[in-house]
Amino acid sequence: MADVLVNIPESAAPGEIIEIKLLISHPMETGFRPLADGTLQPRDIITSVRCLYGGETVLEVDLHPAISANPFLAFHLRVDRSDEIVLEWTDWYGEVQREVRQIEVV
Amino acid sequence: MTLTRRSTFALGLGLPLMLVTRPLFASPETMGAAIATFTAGATPAEGRVSLDIPLLVENGNSVPMTVEVDSPMTANDHVTEIAVFNERNPLPDIVRFRPSPALGLARFQVRIRLGDTQKITAIARMSDGSLWSAAMTVIVTAPACIES
Repeated sequence: MADVLVNIPESAAPGEIIEIKLLISHPMETGFRPLADGTLQPRDIITSVRCLYGGETVLEVDLHPAISANPFLAFHLRVDRSDEIVLEWTDWYGEVQREVRQIEVV
Repeated sequence: MTLTRRSTFALGLGLPLMLVTRPLFASPETMGAAIATFTAGATPAEGRVSLDIPLLVENGNSVPMTVEVDSPMTANDHVTEIAVFNERNPLPDIVRFRPSPALGLARFQVRIRLGDTQKITAIARMSDGSLWSAAMTVIVTAPACIES
């Protein structure tokens, strides 16, 4: 389980385009890094991130080893109703982690 | 088999081929192949995509990248997928975004790793199937994947 920072405004005006920022604490091990014994450190990356707004998928992101350690993602979302925003990511071993925030649109 | 002058020459020419090993790093060719897979062979037009990466990067382990596509993001006219490729990392893919029109704005920021000074290419596929691209060369003074 990774530490995570999520930045989503608590409230917005209808139709406003808000910015969502996500920072996950994760080594993003590329699988190309040699160890002292000559073998490679096995790959361990977050492979995908998904954002859902009111249960509907609004963004899917595929991450590759070329994404830095502690992956950072910022994107925008047009909000028109108070609803749940879910950020969900899957790691190399298929483990899924999610963060849920509520936005008030007034 | 007798070793004639002719067969010695043939042997000498064959040897270097046997010594060729699988390259560790991607090349402009593997990037081209990855792009061709993404575009299904079509050539993207230049424009509508803007790629923002510092031109000179000191630390290749964490390079801020912003990719933005000029699109109204409506149900009828939006970006369906953006893919970013590199030439000289071990793998040609960096990141892919599949936005829905609900985002309202097709602008994404991530931090990437760059193994060497190289060209980065971003390609966007629109809801009408058209392809647009932007490319830039980034100079990296201390590449990622050097220290173990």
